[in-house]
Amino acid sequence: MNVFRFMLQNRGQVLDLTLEHLRLVGFSTLFAMLIGIPLGIAIAHWPRFNRPVLASANIIQTIPSLALFGFLLPLPWLGERADRLAILALTLYALLPIIRNTYTGIRGVDPAVVEAGRGMGLTESQLLFQVELPLAVSVILSGVRVAVVISVGLATIAAAIGAGGLGEFIFRGLAMVDDRVILAGAIPAAILALLADFSVGWLERRLQPR
Amino acid sequence: MPAAAIPVIEFRDVAYRVAETQVLSGFNLQIQSGETLVLLGRSGSGKTTSLKLVNRLLSPTSGEIRVKGVSNTEGDVIRLRRGIGYVIQDVGLFPHFTVERNIGLVPKIEGWTADRIRARVLELLQTVGLGADIATRYPHQLSGGQRQRVGVARALAADPEILLMDEPFGALDPLTRDELQLEFLSLQQRLHKTVVFVTHDLREALRLGSRIALMEAGRLVTALEPREFLRSEDPLASAYVRALGAGLELADHNLADRDSADRGGS
Repeated sequence: MNVFRFMLQNRGQVLDLTLEHLRLVGFSTLFAMLIGIPLGIAIAHWPRFNRPVLASANIIQTIPSLALFGFLLPLPWLGERADRLAILALTLYALLPIIRNTYTGIRGVDPAVVEAGRGMGLTESQLLFQVELPLAVSVILSGVRVAVVISVGLATIAAAIGAGGLGEFIFRGLAMVDDRVILAGAIPAAILALLADFSVGWLERRLQPR
Repeated sequence: MPAAAIPVIEFRDVAYRVAETQVLSGFNLQIQSGETLVLLGRSGSGKTTSLKLVNRLLSPTSGEIRVKGVSNTEGDVIRLRRGIGYVIQDVGLFPHFTVERNIGLVPKIEGWTADRIRARVLELLQTVGLGADIATRYPHQLSGGQRQRVGVARALAADPEILLMDEPFGALDPLTRDELQLEFLSLQQRLHKTVVFVTHDLREALRLGSRIALMEAGRLVTALEPREFLRSEDPLASAYVRALGAGLELADHNLADRDSADRGGS
């Protein structure tokens, strides 16, 4: 098929854009985990903050992605480079599933286990790192998995603000009305999403507590 | 009782209120070293609350709890809890740890060497009547009775002087419960811990307790030795005794009825 011929002819660029795409998704997921997991832990322990935090993350999710990229454009430092902006936007989108699953995972730990742990003299941080997090890890990872899959898709739109990634092909193809070019971006993106889904899913099962 | 003996646990005018509910009020009780004090009462009478006040899982609204002569709010709560074994009905074993790690967790945190922990775990497994082969299993691979035995072993791990037990045998079938009660008695004969044991079952209280503290609606009604309890004139205490007796009588009747029905039928 000539899609594949096209991809083969442009393999250098396909590879570059794929790596760029991975970079956007990788950094944004990493940042979302760094912010989202502690936030999820916090709202699991102080339920007072649970509504405002989850509601904010929810609202962010409802902003159309193209609009969000636009809104962030005037930000200082971040606005200077499109890839920074894209990473920020993708991070914001990835927050909700990660916060929510961390919250659910920690709240889902058997209260008797937590009570026993506290009663036998574990400190709150020992309780968190030895008991709560290990027991919640697979639920948290399933949130990460959702976040990654969403990010791979959304990152294609980042090309609209010039952040690169596989969206470049898609937008170029749209402009050229050339299906081959669109697919040269869409197919690797779909494969990336599937791979991410599979590998985080594998990790999730590996870390499943008994 | 010599007047000089400092009670291991002492409740002084303790009250506990949550929102508008007075869970515990005017609670005074002294528990002496080596005693098995049973807190008996129906659900909502404040037994579990009293227990959790001792290891500061809860803090009293007023009054104080003294442990070994010192108010339990003095000093570090973590140290306090590590010196008190805690066993609950739902056991709460860590599902992602083997039996060995469950029992050895506090010793490990306390910085014991691996060899010493290992030896202690094996010793404790024996103490609670389990084989060494169980050490590598996970909680979900155990029966209810085995799980509770591990729970007791875990509570004993750092050799605490005090043991708090909240209906530890409540969820077990009658035969396993009987077995564990007997084992608890023989354990207590050897170890002489100061035990506070919560139950709603008079039979269990009579069997295990050296003293029974009867609670109702957040108040201590009376604290008596089992023998005295059976003869007590207190209306609530005698109601408990009657209920226990009635259960046996009813069973008798039932059997007698069935016997005569069998005879009539044949």
